[in-house]
Amino acid sequence: MARLLEVNNLKTYFFTDEGVVRAVNGVSWHLDEGETLALVGESGSGKSVTAMSILRLIPNPPGRIVDGTVLFEGKDLLKMSDSEMRSIRGNRIAMVFQEPMTSLNPVLTVGAQIREALQLHLGLDEDGANARAVELLELVGIPEADQRIKDYPHQFSGGMRQRVMIAMALSCNPKLLIADEPTTALDVTIQAQVLEIMARLATELNTAVLVITHNLGVVARYADRVNVMYAGEIVESGSAIEVFKRPRMPYTVGLMASVPRLDATEKVRLATIEGQPPLLIQEIQGCPFRPRCDWAIDKCATDHPELEEKEPGHWARCHRNPQTDERTRMPAGAAAAGN
Amino acid sequence: MTIQTQTQSSKAYESTVKHGETLVDVQGLKMYFPVTAGLFIQRKVADVRAVDGLDFKVTKGETLGLVGESGCGKSTTGRALLQLYRPTAGTVNFGGTELTKLKGTELRRFRRRMQMIFQDPFSSLNPRMSVGQIIGEPLAIHGLYKGAERRERIQYILQAVGLNPTFARRYPHEFSGGQRQRIGIGRALAVEPEFIVCDEPVSALDVSIQAQVINLLEDLQGQFGLTYLFIAHDLAVVRHISDRVAVMYLGRMMELADRNELYENPLHPYTKALLSAVPITDPELERKRERIILTGDVPSPLRPPPGCVFNTRCPIAVDECRERVPEWREMAPNHFVACHRV
Repeated sequence: MARLLEVNNLKTYFFTDEGVVRAVNGVSWHLDEGETLALVGESGSGKSVTAMSILRLIPNPPGRIVDGTVLFEGKDLLKMSDSEMRSIRGNRIAMVFQEPMTSLNPVLTVGAQIREALQLHLGLDEDGANARAVELLELVGIPEADQRIKDYPHQFSGGMRQRVMIAMALSCNPKLLIADEPTTALDVTIQAQVLEIMARLATELNTAVLVITHNLGVVARYADRVNVMYAGEIVESGSAIEVFKRPRMPYTVGLMASVPRLDATEKVRLATIEGQPPLLIQEIQGCPFRPRCDWAIDKCATDHPELEEKEPGHWARCHRNPQTDERTRMPAGAAAAGN
Repeated sequence: MTIQTQTQSSKAYESTVKHGETLVDVQGLKMYFPVTAGLFIQRKVADVRAVDGLDFKVTKGETLGLVGESGCGKSTTGRALLQLYRPTAGTVNFGGTELTKLKGTELRRFRRRMQMIFQDPFSSLNPRMSVGQIIGEPLAIHGLYKGAERRERIQYILQAVGLNPTFARRYPHEFSGGQRQRIGIGRALAVEPEFIVCDEPVSALDVSIQAQVINLLEDLQGQFGLTYLFIAHDLAVVRHISDRVAVMYLGRMMELADRNELYENPLHPYTKALLSAVPITDPELERKRERIILTGDVPSPLRPPPGCVFNTRCPIAVDECRERVPEWREMAPNHFVACHRV
């Protein structure tokens, strides 16, 4: 498969009154054509900032991409002019946001919003754009699409609005679809509808998908590969099957164990990751996960681990191996949350 | 976790209900919200049938999970139980006392025995009150623990929910989401309730923090002998924490059973679809699972469909389902279901 996107040493910092927040601190990864990659991690780990940086949608000030390259089909997006970038956004790279209510314009009909991209990027005329918009709505399973196209966003339910967003995102046959928590705001049965539609269309159109989520179940079902982020860095990367089966970074181990499983018949105590993620405003010595890690050794306090290939195609940023090494402290039970 | 022991307050109420007996008995519970029209003269034009006829019991010491999608009436049920909404019809018997008949002071006195934990740890704490004031307020309302005793009680509660007792002077904005949720739990716990309605208590939290709060709720249940009604939309979390689970759809209960029975042997087509829609966190297993994808959206509770409320999305609905409301039947011991096709 051909390489579609290559992110190298991307650093996005926010310059605030309190100091510099290193939201994304040197991430490198790639995405092949037609592939689905999941970016997982907790709030504040830098997942969304990574996505926004690719599309150059970081509000400046306070945010700025301070280093790195983002090669899309071989060209560096970070070096492009604003007008070049505009011709790519919504066309070659499209995005679906989390909140389907706030990401649609409430005073324009759904049809007008879908037609906009079609006329702008594909140069279709009014009628052509309208016909294509109806087709797109039918594609995402909106009944009576030729009538509904005249409706406003508030006349649609949450799940339908998110399907409209997907129709809009796929309207110009993008090579890359970035979906930032696409179903977090939706109910489970609607989540399943929306994700199945997204996955099916991406396969049909051979669109690569970068899905940002904290839902490990969604990753398990849809992702080919997964990148785990913590404190602005990628701490583990590999095929979804490998990462779920044999996580090589204690943070990933903790993340998997702290989620109750739907198929668990025994009532076991949930593992927890004690404490909080670090504030990204301070320079961090050693491994950022060390204070919360059950495998930490002295070296972790001083040496920042590199992202290393532990097994073919399976990378982790850790001095230890949680699969084989002994824990250096007992896993936390119900101890206090700390400060 | 070591918690300094504090004797129960001298004002502790005598609970008449023993462990394993029915604490809350709900019969025919209905909660309708009127929809009005007209500029000066408000006329009632319709009802939103948020909860439409529920029968269930909560046993002392257990956790009853209540699941369903947004708008199914699960939060309304919790609030109607606590009389935060006065039910349109039905009875809520709490340890022998009929709550729907209580008013004013009598009801307020009862509120000591039943508390609530809210979903949003940001909007449910008053930003102008210190943590000590937040936890102390219910004590003041119920006239419990005066002066130094109250300060001691607040510190004890903070410790019980895993926070540093010196935090009493701080304000909510100084805390993370998980810590705020602990404060909300502390506030509910302060007056020594026996029944707590937990309304989506972990939905707003990150997964690792979510696990901490779930473990805390389990610890407190063991320590204080609490009974929970645990409302959530995350089916995995509900399976984990509950002893029994009830599934709601459009204001009605579809199915109720012991946790493993419900998840391993669901009878109602809605329960089956709901369970199949949740992905399992195991890629190899998950990719082999069959999914039941429901078409369409939940109908409006203003105009629920006739017959079974699920018939518009049900893959196995027949004519009977569109005409007659299914009865609430006990198909196996402690396994209740409302469906004609079972």
